[in-house]
Amino acid sequence: MENLAENRTAYTDLEPATDIPNENHYYLNMGPQHPSTHGVLRVLLEMDGEYVVDPQPVLGYGHRMQEKMAEHKNWMAFMPNTGRMDYAAALPYNHGYVALFERLCGIEVPARAEYIRVITSELNRIVSHHLWIGAMLLDMGAFTPILYTFDDREQVLDILEDVTGSRLTYCYFRVGGVCKDIDDKFVEKTRAFIKRQRERFDIYNKLVTGNIIFIKRTEGVGVISPDMARRYGVTGPVLRGSGIAYDVRKNEPYSVYPNFDFEIPVGRNGDSYDRYMVRLLEIEQSLRIIEQALDQLPEGSFLGKAPKKMKMPTGDCSFSVEAARGELTYYLVSGGGDIPYRLKIRVPSYSNLSVLPELCQGMLLSDLVAAMGSMDLVIPEIDR
Amino acid sequence: MPPELLRMIIAAVLVVAFVFLNAMILGYMERKVSAHIQRRPGLMEVGPHGVLQLIVDGLKLIGKQLVVPEGSNKFLFRLAPVLSFAPCVLPFVVLPFARKLQIVSMDISLIFILAMTSINVIAILVAGWASNNKYSLFGTFRSVAQAVSYEIPMLLSILSIILITSTFSLQGIIAAQKYYWFILIQPLAFIIYFISGLAETNRAPFDMPEAESELTAGFHTEYSGMGFSFFFLAEYANMFTVCSIATVLFLGGWKGIPLPLGDYTGIFWFMLKVYGLLFVMIWVRWTYPRVRFDQLMTFCWKYLIPFSLANLLITAVLVKLI
Repeated sequence: MENLAENRTAYTDLEPATDIPNENHYYLNMGPQHPSTHGVLRVLLEMDGEYVVDPQPVLGYGHRMQEKMAEHKNWMAFMPNTGRMDYAAALPYNHGYVALFERLCGIEVPARAEYIRVITSELNRIVSHHLWIGAMLLDMGAFTPILYTFDDREQVLDILEDVTGSRLTYCYFRVGGVCKDIDDKFVEKTRAFIKRQRERFDIYNKLVTGNIIFIKRTEGVGVISPDMARRYGVTGPVLRGSGIAYDVRKNEPYSVYPNFDFEIPVGRNGDSYDRYMVRLLEIEQSLRIIEQALDQLPEGSFLGKAPKKMKMPTGDCSFSVEAARGELTYYLVSGGGDIPYRLKIRVPSYSNLSVLPELCQGMLLSDLVAAMGSMDLVIPEIDR
Repeated sequence: MPPELLRMIIAAVLVVAFVFLNAMILGYMERKVSAHIQRRPGLMEVGPHGVLQLIVDGLKLIGKQLVVPEGSNKFLFRLAPVLSFAPCVLPFVVLPFARKLQIVSMDISLIFILAMTSINVIAILVAGWASNNKYSLFGTFRSVAQAVSYEIPMLLSILSIILITSTFSLQGIIAAQKYYWFILIQPLAFIIYFISGLAETNRAPFDMPEAESELTAGFHTEYSGMGFSFFFLAEYANMFTVCSIATVLFLGGWKGIPLPLGDYTGIFWFMLKVYGLLFVMIWVRWTYPRVRFDQLMTFCWKYLIPFSLANLLITAVLVKLI
């Protein structure tokens, strides 16, 4: 315990002149207000010229005590908080939370509600990947792609706004279903979006995928080997980029995902380029899922029977979903009543960030920025 | 007042006015072109299609406080923007806008321009050093290394033109392009010159020194208000100079379809060609990601310099034979 405290002071209360191991090295403070940390992440870099010797992420600038908050309010009152952790893809967070209570209390969910959950979650995943492609290219100095992906992102956000009522921090799912049914207009607009998005891949490929500078900047940069990915518990597209086909939707299926035919794209080399390709292909797979879900969409109720004031049984329970950034796990310990005793949220970005110090040793500063961009970190999710 | 002095004063005023005007035109162009590349309308608010936006921006920058960071070298910090701006204005004095529109006609005008544009790197060095900021210093190191490296292929490609014309006078070079533009016989030199020009002016994809996603803003991170706008003006003035040299050396300068009063109206063709090249620069910037610093250096030393050397040698042999 003492050791831990010592380590922490080593890189938070820094005395630059005294504790630099090598006199040719110096510290560079990247963040918390740096344009490419995309949020209030601070990375303390020990540098040797332009080379990064030791990058240390320093967390806590955006900490809001979400887990503690969950221990102090009625569990349904915590629901809106779930949408405020990963702001880029909030619906899977909603999904994990409600599914956790459905599992704990044994609540049936109507089939239509599950389909709506899958459709909206996948739309949200696409939105998140759109944002990521733009943001990563921004990190590498290309300004234009983000406006193209945002163009597409707007289309989805409009669709989601119609049905969920918000554009970013959703609170749409309820225990036992969703709070509002989807209508024909939604289905029509979603189908139109799928068609449009498939045509847009052409533009992405011309502007980004085939761009020689982009390839030179990403190929062989930030290679995460499968072994390294396992050691750090990396998840999501970063893990799949390293060639491990792990996806909660396939490996531990939940909701109605087993009903759909889709693939898990994996990379070969585990470099930034593979992570880019995995996400690009995932958009296509999400489109496939949405298409099938719209075709199979059953009639019926969108909100099952769940008591208004619900008491939890004692015990513990966990639920994992595949969020846009990887495996998201809620673990809940209940002592009865309607306030959780403890809610642990295992977020994907946190473990993805943990790989950074090893991954970026000896890299150029520009590569560190590109590698960090390729991990798709959402800081409020790390500092939840 | 002697007429020569009066002429110089008018010329100086015109040049500085043109530098500001050019920055405004280019600033507007950059924002409008980038907007259309990104499929958005861009400037629309101030004036028709936002043409007055840059004036408003300029006023805003003049009104802003110039913050001098703690621990910086105050004298150098304030000197750097001026140091960057002044040498960028001087090349305009010798630019041949038309046959008779040239303020000073020098035999060595090309060398004069190249010398002046190289001074800019010292201003960047001063700015980065005086700011007392690691990011600024990073930008400075990169900028100096980049400018020094890319000057070599640039000069080599210019030399291959000089071998043909045997003059350093810009008017002389234009006059030598009587029947055809030199881009036709020196396409490789043109490409190398243009790429080096992008690097010289710190434009994307070679905008290492100010790579904002890595270095926040590079050497001008700490500058605000007019300090920043002087660097901004200098960058645009530099872009104009680089493109005018390209126009003079490779695209026939002010030559074009003859217009009435050809000795003066050649400025139309000159501006058309220069802004055409500037458009390409803007186009490139808004399309490509940034290269990495080591890739930038590799590209210069392993590709551009050997190719420009080979081009120079072949040119020399051919000139000797013909």
